[in-house]
Amino acid sequence: MKSELDAGKATALLDASIAGTLPDDRGRFGPFGGRYVPETLVPAFVRLEQGIAEHLHSDAFQEEFRSELRTWVGRPTALTFAPRLSERWGAEVWLKREDLAHTGAHKINNAIGQAILAKKLGAKRIIAETGAGQHGVASAAACARVGLPCRVYMGAVDIERQAPNVDRMLRLGAEVFPVESGDKTLRAAIDEALREWVTDPAGTYYLIGSAVGAHPYPYLVRELQSVIGQEARQQMLDLAGGLPDVAFACVGGGSNAIGLFYPLLGDRDIELIGVEAGGTGDGLGQNAATLATGTPGVLQGSYSIILQDKNGNVQETHSISAGLDYSGVGPEHAMLQAVGRVTYVSASDDEALDALEELCETEGILTALETAHAYASARRWAKENPGKRILIGNSGRGDKDMPTLTQYPARTNANASA
Amino acid sequence: MHPHEKIGAAIAAANDAGRTGLVPFITAGYPDPDTFIDTLRIVAAAGDVVELGVPFSDPMADGMTIQRSSFTAIENGVTLAWIFDQLAAAEDIGAPLVMMSYLNPLMAFGYDALAVRARETGICAFIVPDLPYEESADIRAALDNEGVGLIQLVTPATPDERLKLLAGASRGFLYAVTITGITGGDAGLPNDLAGYLDKVSSLSPLPVCAGFGIRKAEDVINVGKHAAGAIVGSALVEVLERGDDPEAFLRGLR
Repeated sequence: MKSELDAGKATALLDASIAGTLPDDRGRFGPFGGRYVPETLVPAFVRLEQGIAEHLHSDAFQEEFRSELRTWVGRPTALTFAPRLSERWGAEVWLKREDLAHTGAHKINNAIGQAILAKKLGAKRIIAETGAGQHGVASAAACARVGLPCRVYMGAVDIERQAPNVDRMLRLGAEVFPVESGDKTLRAAIDEALREWVTDPAGTYYLIGSAVGAHPYPYLVRELQSVIGQEARQQMLDLAGGLPDVAFACVGGGSNAIGLFYPLLGDRDIELIGVEAGGTGDGLGQNAATLATGTPGVLQGSYSIILQDKNGNVQETHSISAGLDYSGVGPEHAMLQAVGRVTYVSASDDEALDALEELCETEGILTALETAHAYASARRWAKENPGKRILIGNSGRGDKDMPTLTQYPARTNANASA
Repeated sequence: MHPHEKIGAAIAAANDAGRTGLVPFITAGYPDPDTFIDTLRIVAAAGDVVELGVPFSDPMADGMTIQRSSFTAIENGVTLAWIFDQLAAAEDIGAPLVMMSYLNPLMAFGYDALAVRARETGICAFIVPDLPYEESADIRAALDNEGVGLIQLVTPATPDERLKLLAGASRGFLYAVTITGITGGDAGLPNDLAGYLDKVSSLSPLPVCAGFGIRKAEDVINVGKHAAGAIVGSALVEVLERGDDPEAFLRGLR
């Protein structure tokens, strides 16, 4: 999807983004974003917006949030130099280790932040959706931590392929609600969570897991995840001796990518590359490369780029990674693509599997299948741009992917000749 | 008379005849695209205004019944363009039509083309369940140009100030959602329904039609004491799903 913004508008929008004034009062990132929700939920969104304005940047909230990040999540997460991978790629590769955060992925930053907020707003219970199960686990843990009951909506297909995470959620005291409607993956889970919220908009808090949905969620999630990029930027200066030439992050809904990229937007010399799921091919339904092949439309509360047919029906997606298997993308990413600040590319299922294996072999890190897409793309880039300093958002660990990975025999040394 | 004004007139005519206005809902092209217009005529003969649902892949405000009908219709090739073509080829349906669609299919069609095609095919107004008033300026302007209405929904969760704003903005009728929930619930109508509908009716310059959870004659009678019309959706779609006679079901509600 190419930008339809003229050059002047694009420049002004990027300046506003870097200045921190987006989204605007109507929840827009330029043309993207907004709030397309059923009337029943409008008062709940207004309350949420007011609650965020009151609490999110207050000293009391920030103190509690930062304290939980430090003492419960285990932040700051490490920045790791990857010497053997660097040698192979002919680059200087640094990894921002969100896999070391509590529960094993960046999702926990957002989950604990929103759980604290929900408590302050007087919520009686929390509902969440999950794709790969990482946000479900993070929500279950965060709810246990703040003492609120939690129900997680999860597509039946995802329950099948992410079984270990289902068990973790249950042990953390959450109820896992299987979603049998629609495509039975993340998109159907969000639809079902919204339906549940409509039945109790006053008492229920919807803890959304990505930078998607109606305003103010994309903003809220970005604010809570920006700790990734803030830490990484400082760590690069301290440990690498300078900022990276390029930063990579995988993009499903886009929460880890916006968390890494947002604090780097103003460093205009850093090239930013988001990597979507290329699945098994370019055809509709074979991938989840929303920004690369989608068109503008409204899905699940916001105007963004979505995968749809000419009649406006949202299309099913395919990816080996449940966390990237989504037909939409956060509206801020749609804007960042339109203004040309972030480039969005894709990596295939096979490339992701290869990259996952290479990282295991060279650095002893089993990364998540989602994250492996970022490595696959970074490796390609490194070959074309030798000698550069590369930062990769290592958004999560791959333990949860073992049921999927066991279907693919280990291809030891498959990358040695690459 | 603008197209949207035909809706209020049809409800008023029913009220003048001593009846509660009846607004049956069907998913277009369900259960069988080949019998769409026949089904529509049967429903229109028993109802005062007919609400026609455009199937969508992500019906987030709908329960299982309407989700199922929507997915079946999509599988059978029902699209917004197809619905317009079928209506254009048919003789007068016999009742004003209201189209219910989520926003994305309307956006994909294009608002200006949508408004023209709607007027040409007897669609008098739209109900868009994922479009709050604040996001509606573009489509409202396009529909206004053709005299086609945009019906606003209010719910038990709507604060009074907002209720007044929405009542003033609505064209056709004002849709009073009876429950805090999705379509097709079986929890029954809430106990405080009368007070809520009386309040909505007192604030609305247009006829108020109540919908969600209205399944039987008794519900229509109860709602009719406090609102001009009753919308019956999931219960009718279930009748079609079972292959039962929609005419007999709707006659039983009048």
